[in-house]
Amino acid sequence: MKSRPFIIFLALSLLTVGLFLADLAWGSIHISLREIISVFFGKGGDGINSEILLNFRLPKAITAILAGASLSVAGLMMQTLFRNSLADPYILGVSSGASLGVALVMMAASVLPVAFVSSGWALIVAAIIGASVVLVLVVGVSFKVNNAVSLLIVGLMFGTIAGSIVSVLQNFSNPDAIKLFVMWTFGSLSAVTWTYMQVLLPVSMLGLGMAFFLQKRLDGLLLGENYARGLGVSIIQTRLLIVIATGILAGGITAFTGPIAFVGVAIPHIARGIFRTSSHKILMPATVLCGASLILFCDIISQIPAYTLPINTISALFGAPIIIWIILKKRS
Amino acid sequence: MSILTTKNLSIGYSKKGKTDVIQSQLNLELRAGELVCLIGPNGSGKSTLLRTLTGLQKPLSGNALIDGKDILKLKQLEKALLISLVLTERVDIENATVYNLVSLGRHPHSDWWGSITEPEDTIIREAIKMVHLGHKIHQNINELSDGERQRVMIAKALAQDTPIIMLDEPTAHLDLPNRVEIMLLLHKLAHKTDKAILLSTHELDLALQAADRIWLISSDRGVECGVPEDLVFNGSFNSAFESKSYYFNAANGNFSMNYPMTKKVWVTGDKTRMYWTLRALARAGYMVVQDANIQILVTATGWKIDDNEIETVEDLLTELESQHQPFEP
Repeated sequence: MKSRPFIIFLALSLLTVGLFLADLAWGSIHISLREIISVFFGKGGDGINSEILLNFRLPKAITAILAGASLSVAGLMMQTLFRNSLADPYILGVSSGASLGVALVMMAASVLPVAFVSSGWALIVAAIIGASVVLVLVVGVSFKVNNAVSLLIVGLMFGTIAGSIVSVLQNFSNPDAIKLFVMWTFGSLSAVTWTYMQVLLPVSMLGLGMAFFLQKRLDGLLLGENYARGLGVSIIQTRLLIVIATGILAGGITAFTGPIAFVGVAIPHIARGIFRTSSHKILMPATVLCGASLILFCDIISQIPAYTLPINTISALFGAPIIIWIILKKRS
Repeated sequence: MSILTTKNLSIGYSKKGKTDVIQSQLNLELRAGELVCLIGPNGSGKSTLLRTLTGLQKPLSGNALIDGKDILKLKQLEKALLISLVLTERVDIENATVYNLVSLGRHPHSDWWGSITEPEDTIIREAIKMVHLGHKIHQNINELSDGERQRVMIAKALAQDTPIIMLDEPTAHLDLPNRVEIMLLLHKLAHKTDKAILLSTHELDLALQAADRIWLISSDRGVECGVPEDLVFNGSFNSAFESKSYYFNAANGNFSMNYPMTKKVWVTGDKTRMYWTLRALARAGYMVVQDANIQILVTATGWKIDDNEIETVEDLLTELESQHQPFEP
């Protein structure tokens, strides 16, 4: 019994490393594994290939891992908090908040200084602020309402409001700005440069650290909030911490990559299915590995055509059928 | 030894300045090694009292003390070391085994990571054995019957290792054999582990048999505490559940319905068959009086009316009906 999770973890880790290397090798220009290794060990290599590898593909692959891990862990926490297997990080309105921030910056560009808007930082700052504002509102409400389902509905409503404001903005802005915004909503892993990585990496690590710290309380929450109280879990505090961790994870990633759909809801199911456990001690690292693998895989797939496909569409193409399969499997 | 005492406890709801007092001035006492059943009609405050004592709801005034400490002022974690709960809400966890679920009971004791050490493991296994589920320790909880699930939740409470266990209607949704088994199990556990076990229930007859002490709660009479039989003798049961359509039958500890009885018969004979005969007669509206015109003799195999042999209750009632007619004007 004890060796089974260990063997699966080993296999999953190898898969993640394999996909990571494949993601580095694949692209419009093929870079061989030997070249990748020689570049990494400082032996140099083809000047252009090493440039592509170090400054383009490596940050992109790391972003893929961070995005997959963060969104999946956030999804796992949401599903446990709401005791609903279809909950995901975006359900609290995090992505809508981020979208609103981005839309405001892009479409209100005429008012803001051009240098600020075109720098890229503007979008990221706007997305993080947007996600945080919605989150702060949701957290504020979480003190008022007594159960998780009401909180879920409130989150959905905040998301809807943010979405509506975005639509209103689109109505009044020029086609160029709308196209730019729509491109952002497709999601992209390659927007993250080493400079941005200095922010994204610590933000993701902070969120993941919080999530791992919460794993025992999450186990208690599986029994429902009243039972969890009986086990000594402080519900208000725990709910607050879970919402903050989710905001950091999902908000941070969305800000840098745009919304990536279905990973948060699909991966926790896959992890539960593979490990056949409900313990967050195992599910946390399992979702990290599964999520990282899936996004890496999606990124590889998106490179296959002559030009790069948006990551959001690929992840939806894989994620949505997985959800349908899960529901059908549960029925039988 | 008393573990939990309440002092002038008032329970109810307070909303927007309006207070709805359900019970007030409660001075109750819970003793170690005793199974206490909290019973009473709907709306008398059973759930409110239980929720207040478990700390899920605030009292209007007064306090509840454990070892002299007010449990309502304790932190969540400190409370979890004193009281464990079994609630009515259904627990549905994907992929959780009996062992997984019972191990959650160790939460208040384990470190922040929640690791299960060897002594922890022993406690968990002991708890599962105590509820007779040792053979299903690695079975998925979704594959268990409702009765077994309830026993898993009791094992979780045992693993929590608190001096007090409180259960909210633990026998609801269960069939009769399972209800009896759960009650017997709780009775045994209270005596064996020296814990105080408090449960709310609608099963009056079971509570009367299994409880060491009853807390009888009613809207107008407050909470009356005592050994079940004492509450029967002093008429508390009858008063608490008073109604026009039924009465508490002190002879058998059940509720009997008040049938409109207009017709009269007299019955004598076999003692074991008498009880059921009387029930059938009462339902059909016959009052048993000594000077009745119709005399029924209960024999070991049937009934006799004026040397007329009758084999089934159905025939007996038909016969009575025909005999009764001529007397009507």
